Amino acid sequence: MDIDQARGPDVGASAMADPGVARRSAPTRKRRKSRTGLAFIAPFGALFLLVFVVPILYAAYLSLFQERLVGGTTFAGFANYGKLIQDPQFWDGVARVVRFTLIQVPIMLIFAMAVALALDSMRVHGTRFMRVTIFLPYAVPAIVSTLMWGFLLGIKYGLFGSLNDALGTDINPFAPGTTLISIGVMVTWAFTGFNMLIFYAALKAVPRQLYEAAAIDGANEFQIVRAIKLPALRGSLVVTIIFSIIGTFQMFNEPQILPSMVANSGVTTFYTPNLYAYHLAFTGSQQGYAAALALVMAAITIAVAYAVQIRGLRNATDQ
Amino acid sequence: MRPTSSRLHTVDNPKKSTTLTVMTGLFTVYCLLPLVWLVINATKSQADFVSSFGLAPGRGFALWDNIVDVFRYQDGIFSRWLLNTVIYVVVGATVSTFLAALGGYALATMDFRGKRTFLFVVLGSISVPGIALAIPQFLLFAQLGVTNTPWAILIPSFINPFGLYLMWVFTAEAVPSGLLDAAKIDGAGEFRTFLQIALPLLAPASVTVLLFSFVSIWNNYFLPLIMLKDPEWYPLTVGINQWNKLGSTAGNGALVQNLVITSALLTIVPLIIAFLSLQRYWRSGLALGAIKG
Repeated sequence: MDIDQARGPDVGASAMADPGVARRSAPTRKRRKSRTGLAFIAPFGALFLLVFVVPILYAAYLSLFQERLVGGTTFAGFANYGKLIQDPQFWDGVARVVRFTLIQVPIMLIFAMAVALALDSMRVHGTRFMRVTIFLPYAVPAIVSTLMWGFLLGIKYGLFGSLNDALGTDINPFAPGTTLISIGVMVTWAFTGFNMLIFYAALKAVPRQLYEAAAIDGANEFQIVRAIKLPALRGSLVVTIIFSIIGTFQMFNEPQILPSMVANSGVTTFYTPNLYAYHLAFTGSQQGYAAALALVMAAITIAVAYAVQIRGLRNATDQ
Repeated sequence: MRPTSSRLHTVDNPKKSTTLTVMTGLFTVYCLLPLVWLVINATKSQADFVSSFGLAPGRGFALWDNIVDVFRYQDGIFSRWLLNTVIYVVVGATVSTFLAALGGYALATMDFRGKRTFLFVVLGSISVPGIALAIPQFLLFAQLGVTNTPWAILIPSFINPFGLYLMWVFTAEAVPSGLLDAAKIDGAGEFRTFLQIALPLLAPASVTVLLFSFVSIWNNYFLPLIMLKDPEWYPLTVGINQWNKLGSTAGNGALVQNLVITSALLTIVPLIIAFLSLQRYWRSGLALGAIKG
């Protein structure tokens, strides 16, 4: 993820090579390697430019123009950005995804960690079955998961309809006030297993002799979890938090699909920033404004991801 | 899960806990419930679906009829969507995995000008939200005239920065540089060394990258939604949602929820089979990512 950590294998690789041979032939060899290295990286590099760099530059260029009914597209400087900062619909969406992130991400990661610890403890019957089953939702497309949960939680055809009929209650998971919670249930369902597997893999990497040593010293299971297992999860926790934030900040599929399934769910065209950008670009034909929104949202996401990473690393070095 | 033959409980074979099993089991039920619901309801006719309880079977068993109807509805466009999805996935995942392996191998074993800048930009791009990128991509591709063609889906899927990172870490770990030197002394060119020596050693990482590209392309919804106008080019995800919207748009369309549900089931079955059968590979690949990440 991170440049410093990522540099690790590189150092390892050059240390493995015979230093004597490497020194002698270094200059000629390096030049030859430099050319083949560039040739090997060129296909990826060229497509990366086309898919990542040029679109962002082009969007930055477009964001400086405004579409008007009269006079067509005109250069507007930073007017789109100024308008965006004062746009209550944009901030409404941002506030919603931030609120969602603050609640859903901790719940999901705590579940993922708890399940990983439980499965790793080898005290659970059917460990393999559960591990695979909990991961399966990750393979389900957002459209299918929204359809299933939309029907399941919906009051028209779903279980809550049956529940309301049976108990005479009036619970609607897709009322404007509860839709976001229902989306949280869907997102947690889809991604807990993926995060669980990352934690599980990190736990599996802990040398088992450590547990034996701790057991000989008289540590119980909870002490082992606190002293050995939780610290071992720190690195993967930073990674999963970053990926989860990136995921929830760009929430789009669920709120885009839901309105066609349930009426009056409270999902507006600006429910999340990406949904707003989509509507601006494709139904409002305000491409310049949509481009500005996409860029600002990407910048916010990257800033938050980096802040989490820096904090995570600082805490790690404090230890 | 070998049967516990001895009553001796060690660190590697502790006593099983009922409480822990029940708690983890409850979470497993949460994960399984929607899938069970999907399977049950794919066996119901539209009339049964509307009238029967969600988790109970319908009066008749209509799974086969539903599948036939899915493939017949709207002149059999479902098979076209399926074919499109398979093309997008096979071409996209193969090319992206190969490019990631080629690039990761170069990063791990060679030095070249601009390597640090390249790494900084590519690794940084992992944290750029895909959807925030899709709108700029659409704007550019519209300018280039490739929207509403398969290229609009294929080209973005060729680049997988996280795959490149994984391949780089894996090459440094699993490909001994002595072996590469030996191959070159024997007269193999750089590209042949990569293809015949390094690539087989990179198989576990390649399967991981391949599988995760497979899933992300198969499940991609936003990019095809904005890039494609012509239903002839839709992948399954966008097509299914099109059917799902039929009944709801101003109430004048036909409700085909049995077909929506059955096609949703047909969409996830290949993915689930791929994941279950390739478990061994992607788990080792994920483990590596988790440790290095």
